[in-house]
Formats: sequence, structure tokens, C-alpha cells
Amino acid sequence: MTLDKNARLGLLLATPTTLYVLLLIAAPVGMTIAYSFWTQDFVDVTRDFTWTNYREVFSDPLYRTLIFRSVRIAAMVTLLTVLLAYPVAYHIAFNVRKNKAMWLFLVTIPFWTSYLLRVFSWKLILAQNGVVNSTLLWLGVIDTPIDALLYNSEAVIVTLAHAWAPFAILPIFVSLEKIDRSFLEAAKDLGEGPVRSFLRVTLPLSIPGIIGASMIIFIPTVGDYVTPALVGGSDGAMVANMIQVQFGKANNWPLGAALALSAVVCVTAAACCLVLGLKLIERSLK
Amino acid sequence: MNRVAAVLSRVGRLLPAYAVLYIGFLYLPILLLPLFSFNDSKVLGFPLTGFTTKWYAGLAEQTALFSALKNSLFVAVVSAVVATSLGTLISRAISKHRYPLRRTSQTIVMAPLVMPEIIIAISLLIVFLGIGLGTTLFTVILAHSLLTIPFCVSIMTSAFGQFDDALEEAAVDLGETSWGALRRVTLPVVAPGIISCLLISFTVSFDEFILAFFLSGNSPTLPVYIWSQVRFPAKLPNVIALGSLLILVSILFLLAAERFRRRSERFTTQAE
Repeated sequence: MTLDKNARLGLLLATPTTLYVLLLIAAPVGMTIAYSFWTQDFVDVTRDFTWTNYREVFSDPLYRTLIFRSVRIAAMVTLLTVLLAYPVAYHIAFNVRKNKAMWLFLVTIPFWTSYLLRVFSWKLILAQNGVVNSTLLWLGVIDTPIDALLYNSEAVIVTLAHAWAPFAILPIFVSLEKIDRSFLEAAKDLGEGPVRSFLRVTLPLSIPGIIGASMIIFIPTVGDYVTPALVGGSDGAMVANMIQVQFGKANNWPLGAALALSAVVCVTAAACCLVLGLKLIERSLK
Repeated sequence: MNRVAAVLSRVGRLLPAYAVLYIGFLYLPILLLPLFSFNDSKVLGFPLTGFTTKWYAGLAEQTALFSALKNSLFVAVVSAVVATSLGTLISRAISKHRYPLRRTSQTIVMAPLVMPEIIIAISLLIVFLGIGLGTTLFTVILAHSLLTIPFCVSIMTSAFGQFDDALEEAAVDLGETSWGALRRVTLPVVAPGIISCLLISFTVSFDEFILAFFLSGNSPTLPVYIWSQVRFPAKLPNVIALGSLLILVSILFLLAAERFRRRSERFTTQAE
């Protein structure tokens, strides 16, 4: 195959970056897969193929619970974030005439500040003498501070729904912005009320944005470490915390690798179900 | 249906108020840290007791903090330069060249964006220790540049995409070599995009925790240092003061990046 000058130069420009990323992703992931079939006894790694780690991951209730809880929490976070963010994206796309860019910028600023510090700040918000309790006490809604706000999976869900907000708003905004406004006028001319035209035109056409937002939130959330560690307590611990233990204190890397890969497989399966479900909704609305 | 319609149209009218409230919700955590950082109490909670700047003054005595800061600055600067260079190269190829496996290469370089960071972290740890690299600031740089390449690619493909090829052709017609046209016409026009990449990558690397936590070994970056302090209640007020400063720095960098990004858009649209 002979390539013209344009193609050769393109290859030359693209190859270093592609190789860099490929080397730093494919090789490490390959090693992780290999590790997950080995065993470790303190410092000695035995390189004989075995399913032991995977058997342990799926038979030990502790690991099973952690993986399923991580997937459940990530699903809840995705749902909550999309539900809360959709109206905001809708507002920016349809109600804001000038300054759309300013609104979008405003939404993204918090995301660029330290994630660690934002999560830590949620610990202060939900604490016994934190913002929520102080406000409720001041309003007279409660007499004694609520202890149960922190250290459970609900605290993890709220904190993550906050952290992922811009990732929901931006893709949904883009899909709403792309909708041809003449469709909406046509629906109006044909006698559709605002609600029906929302359900039959706007919502179905924004489903690609919702799918994009869901994927970008769901997949990384399953592997989140900082939030469960800071606000989750033992009831809100997730699989990443256990992976870290296996690579740290427990010093059982093969088991940690098997845990990580099992989580990835579960996430992929769950993500496929999520996309399929949303596509079905899209079809039934159209 | 009519009642649903009535409820929904009322909801529609509340939309602007909801949007403003939601923005408030987004900013609550990052406004809270500065508030507590000036509070004259070791307890991080309400009621506030009085104004003080002693937590900021106390930062000056912590030598571990300054070495972590130095590590973070070094890592962030080098990662930003690496990621921006590699990102710019491939973005040029993606937007201006037809070459084999173009889509595949684009998918590959965007992949780090959708991988759970913990997976990247443990995989890199296994390999770096396996090949004897150990865990140093160098390994953190490799990881951070990997993480920020997708951001640079999305900024630069849009910058190159908006750039009018006719400008470069005109320069060549007027006697520039193609390298000269690239250097004297294209690069100045996309320069704001490049600066925006540098600032964004710097910010992401400077704040990144998980990869650094696994890969920094004995030389902690600032977020890893903060993590080690968060467990000690006595140190928390200092951590909050430090955190407030970091948030301020991040926002300043981001505002600068946004200005350059807009300028790059204005340049390219004017050029057309």
C-alpha cells in the first residue's frame, strides 16, 4: 500500500501519541489480567494459572456485596444526577438567550477545583454540627442534630451526584441545543400542548445526551475511592476501597487485580443494560 | 392529562429559580472551605466563633507542605507540557490529515477519559514495579499526562478544526515553506488553544489524587499530603486554609484558560 504525502504526514503526527497511550493502557491492563490469575503469599508471587482469586471474589459475601453495592450506588448516582441536571440543561438551552456560554462556564468551574477538597467539604456539610443540621435546627424543623447524615451510602450518593453535575449538564445541553426548533413549532401548530410536545419531541431527541451523560457518570463512579473513604463509613464502602486494601495492607495484589477486573466486567454489563433500557424508552416515546 | 399539564407548566415557570438554586448547590462546598478557614475555632462547624487568619499563618511552618507543593508544581508543569505536545500533534493529524486508522487512533487517545481511575492506578503500579521503574514523581508524570491527553485532544481538534486551511495555503503561495507556514501562520492562530491546554492539564494534574496516591512513592504530591493530614483533627483547620488557597488558584487558572479558549475562537472566526 502506498500512501500519499498527506496520509504519511498524518501517520507521523498521530503515531507518537497513540503509542504513548496504548503503551500506558494496554500493557498495564494486560499485566493486571495476568496478575488476576496468579497467587501471592506475602512477597512471593506464584505465576501458575488459577481461578482461585475469581472464585474468592464471587463466593466471599464481603467482596460480592462490595461489587454489587458499588454498581447500585453508581446507578443511583447516575439517575439522581441526570434527574437533577436535566431541568438546568433545559433551562440553559431553551430559556437563556444571551450568555449561554457564561452559564455553561459557571456550571463547570466547581468541577475544576480539587475533587478531594470538595468531597471533604461535603463531610463538613453533613456533619453533626454541619450546614444541614445547623440550618434545620435554626429553622426549627428538628430539635436535636441528626447523626445519620454521614457515613452511609446515601451520603456517598449525594456527594457524587454533586461531583458529576457538569458531566450530566453538558451532554444533555448539547443534545437539547441541537433540536431543530421548527419541530417544536410544528408540534404546536398541530395542536400539541407543551407537555405532549415535550414528551414526544424534546425528550426523545435528548435521549442521546442522556445516554452520553449516563455513561460518563456511571463507569467512573463504580471505581470511586475518595468519596466512600471520606463520607461512606463502613456501610458506604465501595469496591475501590477494598482494591486499595489488597494493594496496600493486605498485600494480595492478585486478589486486588481480580476484584478490579470483576468490577469492570460488572460495570460493562450494567452499562450495556442501561443503554439498552434508554434506547427502548427512546423508541417507545417516538 | 390536563392536571399533569397544569402541574408541568407551573414547574416550567419555576425553572429559572430552580436553575439558580442548583448553581448554589454546586458552589456550596467550595464556598464553605474559605468560610471555615477564617473561623477562630478548631471545630469545623457552626456556630462560627470569630475571625482569624492564624490558620493561614500556620501554613508557613509546615515544611512537608512546601516539599509536597514543589513536587506537585514539578509534576503538573511537566505533565502539562507532555500532554499538550502529544495532544497537539495528534489533533493536527486528526483534523487535517486522512490517514489509515484515523478513527481508531482517536478512540485510543480518548480512552483514559472513560476508564475508572482506580483501574489505571493499579495497572500502572503493577507495570512500573514490574519493570523496575519503582514509584517516583516520574511515574506520576507518566500517569498524569496519560490522564490529561484526552482534554488536550478535544481542545486542539476543535482549534485546528476551526482553522481555515486557506490561510496556510496562501502563506505557501506567498513563498513560505510548509514548515514556515505552520510556524508563522498556523501556530500563532491556534496558540490560545495551546495555552488553554497547558492551563487545563496543569489544573487537572495539580488536583489529581488517586493516581498520585498509588504512584508517588516517598515523594507525595500536594493532594496526597492533604490526604495524610485529613485524618488528624488538630491539623484540619490548616488543611482547610490550604484548601481554600488551592481552590482560589484553580479558579484563577481556569478563568485564564477560558479567556485564551475564547480568544482562540475569536481569532479563528475572524480569520474566516
